[in-house]
Amino acid sequence: MTQSRRTVLKGAAALGAIPILAACTGGDPASSSDGKATSLGSGLADAVPKSGIQAMVDGFQTSSGDTVRLNVMPRDQLVNNISTYLQANPEDVITWFAGYRMRFYADKGLLAPIDDVWEKIGANFGTGLAAASSHEGKKYLVPNYNYPWVVFYRKSVFQQHGYQVPKTFDALVALCAQMKKDGLSPIAFGGKDGWPAMGTFDYLNMRTNGYQFHVDLCAHKESWDSPKVKAVFDNWKALLPYQDTAALGQSWQQAAKNLANKKSGLYVIGTFLLQEITDKSVVDDLDFFPFPEIAVEGTEAVEAPIDGFVMSKRAEKNKAAKDFLAYLGTPAAQDAYAAKDPSNLQTAAGANTSSFSPIQKKAAELIAASKNVSQFFDRDALPAMASNVMIPALQGFVKDGTIDTRGLEAQAKTLYASA
Amino acid sequence: MSKLRLSRSDRVVLAVMVGVPTLVQAVLVWIPTLLSIGLSFTRWNGLAVSDIEPAGLSNYRFAVEDYPPFWPAVAHNVIWLAFLALIATPLGVALAVVLDQNIRGSRIYQSIFFTPVMLSLVLVGIIWQLVYARDDGLLNNVLGTAGTPGAVDWFGDPDVNLWAALVATAWRHAGYIMVLYLAGLKGLDPTLREAAAIDGANGRQTLFRVVFPAMKQINVLVVVITFIEALRAFDIAYVINRGTNGLELLSILVIQNLVGEGQVIGVGSALAVLLLVVSLVPIVIYLVRTFRRAS
Amino acid sequence: MRRPRYGTHLFLLFMAALWLAPLLWTLYTALRPKAVTDKYGYWSLRGPLNLDNFSTAWTQGQLPTYFVNSIYITVPAVLLTLALAAMMAFAVSRFTWKFNITLLILFTAGNMLPPQVLAAPLFEMFKHTPLPYSLSTSGSLLDTYYAVIAVEVAFQLGFCTFVLSNYMKTLPVELTEAALVDGAGVWRQFRQIILPLTRPALAALGTLQVIWLYNDFFWPLLFLQTGDRLPITTGVNALQGQFIQNYNLIAAGATITVIPALIVYLALQRHFVAGLTLGANKG
Repeated sequence: MTQSRRTVLKGAAALGAIPILAACTGGDPASSSDGKATSLGSGLADAVPKSGIQAMVDGFQTSSGDTVRLNVMPRDQLVNNISTYLQANPEDVITWFAGYRMRFYADKGLLAPIDDVWEKIGANFGTGLAAASSHEGKKYLVPNYNYPWVVFYRKSVFQQHGYQVPKTFDALVALCAQMKKDGLSPIAFGGKDGWPAMGTFDYLNMRTNGYQFHVDLCAHKESWDSPKVKAVFDNWKALLPYQDTAALGQSWQQAAKNLANKKSGLYVIGTFLLQEITDKSVVDDLDFFPFPEIAVEGTEAVEAPIDGFVMSKRAEKNKAAKDFLAYLGTPAAQDAYAAKDPSNLQTAAGANTSSFSPIQKKAAELIAASKNVSQFFDRDALPAMASNVMIPALQGFVKDGTIDTRGLEAQAKTLYASA
Repeated sequence: MSKLRLSRSDRVVLAVMVGVPTLVQAVLVWIPTLLSIGLSFTRWNGLAVSDIEPAGLSNYRFAVEDYPPFWPAVAHNVIWLAFLALIATPLGVALAVVLDQNIRGSRIYQSIFFTPVMLSLVLVGIIWQLVYARDDGLLNNVLGTAGTPGAVDWFGDPDVNLWAALVATAWRHAGYIMVLYLAGLKGLDPTLREAAAIDGANGRQTLFRVVFPAMKQINVLVVVITFIEALRAFDIAYVINRGTNGLELLSILVIQNLVGEGQVIGVGSALAVLLLVVSLVPIVIYLVRTFRRAS
Repeated sequence: MRRPRYGTHLFLLFMAALWLAPLLWTLYTALRPKAVTDKYGYWSLRGPLNLDNFSTAWTQGQLPTYFVNSIYITVPAVLLTLALAAMMAFAVSRFTWKFNITLLILFTAGNMLPPQVLAAPLFEMFKHTPLPYSLSTSGSLLDTYYAVIAVEVAFQLGFCTFVLSNYMKTLPVELTEAALVDGAGVWRQFRQIILPLTRPALAALGTLQVIWLYNDFFWPLLFLQTGDRLPITTGVNALQGQFIQNYNLIAAGATITVIPALIVYLALQRHFVAGLTLGANKG
């Protein structure tokens, strides 16, 4: 008898748990249409950008009286799960990227168009940014900042060894050889998460074959099984001996340490490097040069991805979400972010550039002087191609210097056909 | 077993007692399994059901012919199985046999070897990350290579990380096998050994000729568990580096293709079905052995 | 076994040291402040020990939230699993009917599948199951505990049914037949005769299931998208991403996560080991 009573109690306890659960996973969704509450899903989890996003949220809450629920997740968690995230329970506003990577999800109907937001903020952005935020005539993105990918070095290291900034690829290879002789690990590299290697690939590709080839290759209008692609990897082979051999086991953040403590001489990375290196004495000692020229004359193509905010489909009717997005597109909001994160460049016209650090100034000039701006391989190409094919392929290449371009083409064919 | 006539109300009660669990099982296990098989012959973007298109065998062809991580993943699963079967499981059995003798401190040893079994494989991965770290880890410091160029990055170097992960897995697996086997040894009829001793058999002979054969039931279970654990391997590789760069496993490729940014449901399902087919081998062996005796 | 035991003891001591080393290293790393390890390195005995990393991991790493979430998932899932498995086991082990062995085989098989095989269909099924917003902020079964609980129950049901049916088979037939003669219905036989006698098996299975569900990583990873809904095992992985540069905090988080499992183990060791071996010995 006692047992049966206990069983009943257990059953009751199990049933009793259900309302508790409802309280945990249910409740008013932030996207309810009362228009005073919204939410932001942010993949900016490192300390510096996180505080920048918080500053933007605070600024909006103060100025509008609306509330923003902030959900911060590690960048790679957001990126790797974006497809399921957008389909399941996304926040209203989400930190995301320009390029095909935005258009792909817009096309799938997982993002909401925000043309009415752009009516308010459109004047803040030039035609290039507007185009990068559009898909089939509709706007889907509010740009926040951009940043160029460059080659970083420490001035004191260059001074100490008498190094010169290389203008050509051959000079770069020669410099690396000299660095190795001098006991440095020439190029810092963090390939554990896969995507950082794409920066090197993109530059080698654009410098070898030109900007248009990058665009066409990403769209799979050019074949991977071509002499042009092979030439990219052949050039890379010249650099490979000088890239940190421990690359595959460390993240880009861990690799940053090697540049900061002078173990490595160079680092091919975006200027967001300064989110990770914050020690003032090191920051003042940092400088960069554009990825040097190879076959294509000059260094006019710059890889300068745009980060911004998109709106999830289900938030379509939430006025607070749109007000929030409109706020995010103002110089004031972007300045609030930039005050915390001095590594990126605000995109809104009228944003405060007077407080730019020397690195930021130089980065802005680099982008302004460029003829073509690429986003980044994983933003310009089909997501499945970037994450399922290129990451393993590049990791394999970094590991042993072999690449199967025929296999890349076979996979690209299947994936682009089924997209 | 009762075979008596049951009243109408008893039949209803029994129907509910069988029906509810069966429904749960059917809806959440069997039907999804069938759906996986179905989806593997289609192309689908995962949005509206009406977007599903037939694709014949193309997903399988893609996985086997064009998808570079596929064969490495198969090889890694095989290595995983071989390592567990040849090293981790025998080690667990050996520990059990040794501890089954009335050794001083046997209980303490049992507790020590068993502790990792309580931990999730996620924690096992995290704890071993601390052991394996290149410059700050326990292992390289013990070896004296930490901080030198010769230091091995155990989880990062694609040539060694599979083995490093296997050692971490064995740390947990051996304890699990030990407990199972020890329980079996304790349940063994003591007269068996006595008889062997009377016949003049030495310790080793008793072990191999009397004890192991008498443990048939447990032996099968241990083999099946080893198989299934090898096929289910997922958590630890996912925690280390999401199963890339030397740690590709079938289960992880399934997930990368199903929920990752590069969602390709057809290919993911085809991989899932291949995994299913391989898994059915130990499952069927186990079921046949278990239920043949029962019936 | 009359040989000297030195070799055996040496072997055991060596193995025990190997087994303990990772755990002790983790604990030691967790006890040392980051500033100290930065200064002296991780491989060093110098510097003070304190609990700062634990309090930081506890507060910054959302560990209390993760723990509570684990309870929300584990408690209902284990109770439901045991209740359903006991009913099913009773029906298949105490009565003979046409498909009882077939069903038992299918149940057992289902439990042995790699979970990834079911991932895509389950995800899509849940996505297309609408729920009112008052129950789920996603408007579907995704990102809810219901989804995780339901799948955990379904997945563990096979194993528990198998173990319990073997256990119930060993109970003498006369017990229920006598009751039947007395006019007791099926439900009363189950509740008042069989279930009380199955208590040891239920306790053992319950302990085992609590640990397994507490340790489960995959299903919450698949179904839960919102960071503060994750249970501890999935959450502690996120912690690793968050504190990538700080081994001391990661070690502290890992140590904290071990504690509940360790308590359950120490308190219920007998039940836990019994649960592990139940499926092996009986039947």
